[in-house]
Amino acid sequence: MEIIAQYGDIIVILACVFGFFMAWGVGANDVANAMGTSVGSKALTLKQAIMIAIIFEFLGAYLAGGAVTSTIRKGIIDPGLLSGTPELLVFGMMASLLAAGIWLLVATHFGWPVSTTHSIVGAIVGFAAVGISMDAVNWGKVSKIVASWVVSPVTAGIIAFFLFRSVQKLVLDTDKPFENAKRYIPGYIFLVGFIVAMVTFTKGLKHVGLHLSWGESALASVAIGVVIMAIGVQMLKKISPDVDADREHHFTSVEKLFGILMMFTACAMAFAHGSNDVANAVGPLAAIVGVVSAGGEVAQKSAMPAWILLLGGGGIVAGLVMYGHKVIATVGTNITELTPSRGFAATLAAAATVVVASGTGLPISTTHTLVGAVLGVGIARGMAALNLRIVGTIFVSWVVTLPAGAGLAIIFFFMFKGMFS
Amino acid sequence: MVSTNNPFLQMFARSPFKPMQEHIAKAQECAVELIPFMEAVIANDWNEASSVQARIAVLEGEADAMKKDIRQSLPKSIFLPVPRTDLLEVVRMQDKIANRAKDIAGLMLGRQMQIPESIQSDMQDFVRMALNTSEQALTALQELDELVNSGFGGHETDVIEKMLVRLDELEHRTDEHERAIRAKLFAIEKELPPVDVMFLYQVIRLIGDLADRSQQVGSRLQLLVAR
Repeated sequence: MEIIAQYGDIIVILACVFGFFMAWGVGANDVANAMGTSVGSKALTLKQAIMIAIIFEFLGAYLAGGAVTSTIRKGIIDPGLLSGTPELLVFGMMASLLAAGIWLLVATHFGWPVSTTHSIVGAIVGFAAVGISMDAVNWGKVSKIVASWVVSPVTAGIIAFFLFRSVQKLVLDTDKPFENAKRYIPGYIFLVGFIVAMVTFTKGLKHVGLHLSWGESALASVAIGVVIMAIGVQMLKKISPDVDADREHHFTSVEKLFGILMMFTACAMAFAHGSNDVANAVGPLAAIVGVVSAGGEVAQKSAMPAWILLLGGGGIVAGLVMYGHKVIATVGTNITELTPSRGFAATLAAAATVVVASGTGLPISTTHTLVGAVLGVGIARGMAALNLRIVGTIFVSWVVTLPAGAGLAIIFFFMFKGMFS
Repeated sequence: MVSTNNPFLQMFARSPFKPMQEHIAKAQECAVELIPFMEAVIANDWNEASSVQARIAVLEGEADAMKKDIRQSLPKSIFLPVPRTDLLEVVRMQDKIANRAKDIAGLMLGRQMQIPESIQSDMQDFVRMALNTSEQALTALQELDELVNSGFGGHETDVIEKMLVRLDELEHRTDEHERAIRAKLFAIEKELPPVDVMFLYQVIRLIGDLADRSQQVGSRLQLLVAR
């Protein structure tokens, strides 16, 4: 107790620094995959992608990041067990932030595929199981989270499969693909706006002071979908078929139309990514701040301070601006095989899956979900060539990241414990 | 430090379809050289003939290198929208077009073949027909990227099917022409040196075979797009 009172300020400042560092890492590395599909399919220039990422990552974090943050904050560990020793929770969460941040840095340096979500969850489970007791971990919740890591890529894959199939049936595989693209793309744009708005309204706006019932949310989402669709229709109107380019390749003009759709989908993806991944950085921070501000009470129910989400969003944007643009450029220039019609199907499927997971408070890996979605398009015969070895790589990254995050967190946990007591 | 080992990036393998189109274009480029080669042979200009043959050999080598490159970029772990074996089979057939062109030029140059005057223009027509056939195989292959882009839709498959029907027609016409030339040669063969005639028959067979190989590219392509 007295530790918290004595060092409260230092602890909060340190936690903010670690949290910002972690969010910076997410912005520097993780965002690239979310935006790479749009840059790679030439739907967005690098500059546009970065602008969209800055705005929508931030919005996603602020408007829809709350549920996942509270899962990380109090879903993995049973806070009731720690009411006598709040400092343990504080040290543990600080250790988790530092461990995940450092692991992210190391993995990036060596070029290992690593998920921020997996490292933070591994870190929290690790310090709680070893540093406190096996019972402190809410194993039921943890197994749900781990299960969602399997379910989310599969779900995204299935959605992407059917999305691409519908694009094939309605547009690509018809006599007049250009006319049909103009006819059906507004419907897809509506879908993008509606899904994102629906999840946000039903799950996330309490901290902004908006309380909507389910019915009101649905109405508002439809309205937003229609507005976005109207904007899209205006943009589509400007595109006329390019006869010369089409002689070379029949689908050039059609893909231009899909490029418009891809822009909207990219916004949704950035929003989804912000809503889920920012929580990895700010969840532990929120837990620490909650304990310190309550004067050492491990609060069961404390409101999620909005400034914490802002700090996380700010960290992501900082990482993106300082370093992330390089990574986006690399990812974008190397994914040349992705046309807007496929990129849209994969990205929307992933974004929808991630946003829904955020709504239910499940921390999942955006990259893995995207990989699942791309595979789904591939199974629908929509990809020229995919490297299947990656599925193995991803599996390995799961297996390695969890103990690595846990191990580092345990070391830092005992280090902080020694430092402050 | 930008990660090259990014899992998301690694997922996108190089598409084999564009290189395939480039490969058959190269094979055709090689085969088309048979027209100036024939002209040189008929004009008895063996200097020119040997320099054209050298060009053919270089182009055939380039086609070979492209073929190997495509094969190397398609290990078993690559997931394709079509069976990998079918795709490699198309490439193998495409390569045969270039090989045949090289065989024809090599044989004629090596033996400094004289073509009897009465069938010279027929021979030139015959070569042109065979090349029209391989040109049509190339045209059908040009459609491949559209096919990939439509996600192997039935509509685009129909477009290719139509092209393959035309390819079959061209091959058939080349066949008929081959029979006519053989008949003409048969009528005059008694007046010619027997060994030369034997080889002339062989060259005729090889030219017909070039058209045949082009048709086989078509049938492999058909297997590839068939659902």
